[in-house]
Amino acid sequence: MALTDASRPALRRHGDPRQVRRNTLIGWSFILPNFLGFAALTLLPVVAALGLSFMKWNSYSDPEWVGLANFERMLGNETFWVALKNTTYYAAGHIPLTMAAALGLAILLNEKLRGVGFFRTALFFPYITSLVAVAVVWNMLFNPTAGPVNLLLEALGVADPPGWTTSSDWAMPAVIITSVWRDMGYYMVIYLAGLQAIPPEYYEAAQVDGANAWQRFRNVTLPCLRPTTFLVLVMVTVGSFKVFDLIVVMTDGGPGRATTVLSQLIYREGIREGRFGYASAISLVLFLIVLTVTVLQFKVQERRER
Amino acid sequence: MSTTLPGRLREAGELPAPLPVTPPPASARSRALRSRVRSALVHALLAGLTLAVLVPFVWMVSSSLKHDNQVFSVPVQWVPTEFVWSNYADIWTRIPMLTYLRNSLFLAVTITFLQVLTGSFAAYGFAKVRFPGRDVLFLAYIATIAVPWQAYMVPQYILMQKAGLTNTFTSLILLQAFGAFGVFLMRQYYMTIPDELCEAARIDGLSEYGIWARIVLPLSRPALASLALLTFVHTWNDYMGPFIYLTSNELWTVQLGLRSFVGLYDAEYAMIMTGSVISVLPILLVFLLGQRYFIQGIATAGMKG
Repeated sequence: MALTDASRPALRRHGDPRQVRRNTLIGWSFILPNFLGFAALTLLPVVAALGLSFMKWNSYSDPEWVGLANFERMLGNETFWVALKNTTYYAAGHIPLTMAAALGLAILLNEKLRGVGFFRTALFFPYITSLVAVAVVWNMLFNPTAGPVNLLLEALGVADPPGWTTSSDWAMPAVIITSVWRDMGYYMVIYLAGLQAIPPEYYEAAQVDGANAWQRFRNVTLPCLRPTTFLVLVMVTVGSFKVFDLIVVMTDGGPGRATTVLSQLIYREGIREGRFGYASAISLVLFLIVLTVTVLQFKVQERRER
Repeated sequence: MSTTLPGRLREAGELPAPLPVTPPPASARSRALRSRVRSALVHALLAGLTLAVLVPFVWMVSSSLKHDNQVFSVPVQWVPTEFVWSNYADIWTRIPMLTYLRNSLFLAVTITFLQVLTGSFAAYGFAKVRFPGRDVLFLAYIATIAVPWQAYMVPQYILMQKAGLTNTFTSLILLQAFGAFGVFLMRQYYMTIPDELCEAARIDGLSEYGIWARIVLPLSRPALASLALLTFVHTWNDYMGPFIYLTSNELWTVQLGLRSFVGLYDAEYAMIMTGSVISVLPILLVFLLGQRYFIQGIATAGMKG
């Protein structure tokens, strides 16, 4: 097979232009089926969203360039600020609680014990349970008068337990608890993989040096887990800011506007009301927030590495 | 928890920590005892936590076997006094559950099949063929994973509307079958397959397509299983996609059907829970059959991200 023999070193060196062209063709032929769909339905919309946010366009009119008008309108709209505040509130609760729960569970599961596989399976299961079922069950558990959560609180001596999803002060905490319960198993698996990649020799060395358990956790586990923690942090953050379905099904943004979040606003304005330009402006803000937070986290991570 | 955790970890003792004051034989015995007490404690803690996490499922199943007026009894009745199995017979006539299940199954299977096929095919191009521009293109894939879907769902919707595809399964299939995640996951796995293997196959005269089909694909069975299971579960559970695109009742998925039932008959607690159980059962089955691959898939996507 003279031809394939000749092609072999070329794959490494990219020397011969004919070989490069051939590889390019082969490479693209693999990627193309997926790329067509990806380009038309993901890449193009991402770019279009950017342009649309500077246009006025709805179902009845033609697109028209309006500069920053959408953003001005957005900043003057009170609902936008409420949604921004609620999204931040959700993220501020969801991110640390999910990460702490996931890390705690992963540390327990990292013990060499019998039956760990069962616990891991059970703790992971909420993550893949359908969201509607999750929301419906938790709504019932949080029932203010006869739900198990409040019955438990009363039994523990809480005289006036919260109204959860019926109260504008407690609806967001209820959503956060539900989402932490659902998501922690997923990040627990990632943490567990990170923990298992730490060489046992590190712990042995620390022990020989007389480090106690807390010192080993602080000086071995946490530093070795830093890349994992960083990855989890970015993933949880992106997930938090785009929260949507759980809130739609559990509270639909209510009571009042107590749990209305940004992505819900995008859906209402863009798809239900057909204000494409205005909705895209809100999307751009959502995207910029996620981007800024992610870049900030990257910077902090970089500085720590040094 | 933080005050007791270090204490338990201190007793970990992968290596025997020499205690200067205690004489050797006694310390060995006490160490064995301590390590047993310790694993009993961790076991008990894990069992307690797991039980707490599973309580919502217990409540779901138990309520689905009650009459509506027994669901919110005080105190909580974890085991129904009388098992109302008829809920599971009646639900099929109360809502078109069978149609919903069929729609969900059709969408989940079609999307999973296309995602796995195009994803693993494209991943070969990204992992095993070298050509100019490849890495930039891959970066574009990765970048879109980080963009929240909500940020571009409006242009997507406009596109589908112009193409006349809203309120069809085609719209959802097109939107979800070509995701970047599948390409990413498969590529990460292909990178761990040694290039020498492909080189050897090239010498033996296999074309690149042959290498993909006969060498790389069979070797990546665990990753394929992970991707297939994750995609299946994700599609089955998806709420927003069908919520935005499917308006006719006969196209609804289980999730939409359940949600609408809850909206219409919010006092039929038991029947709502019956529907919830039925919507979760297929996922439970898929999960128990392939849970190893779920965990591996998430860990792979996570570790090399």
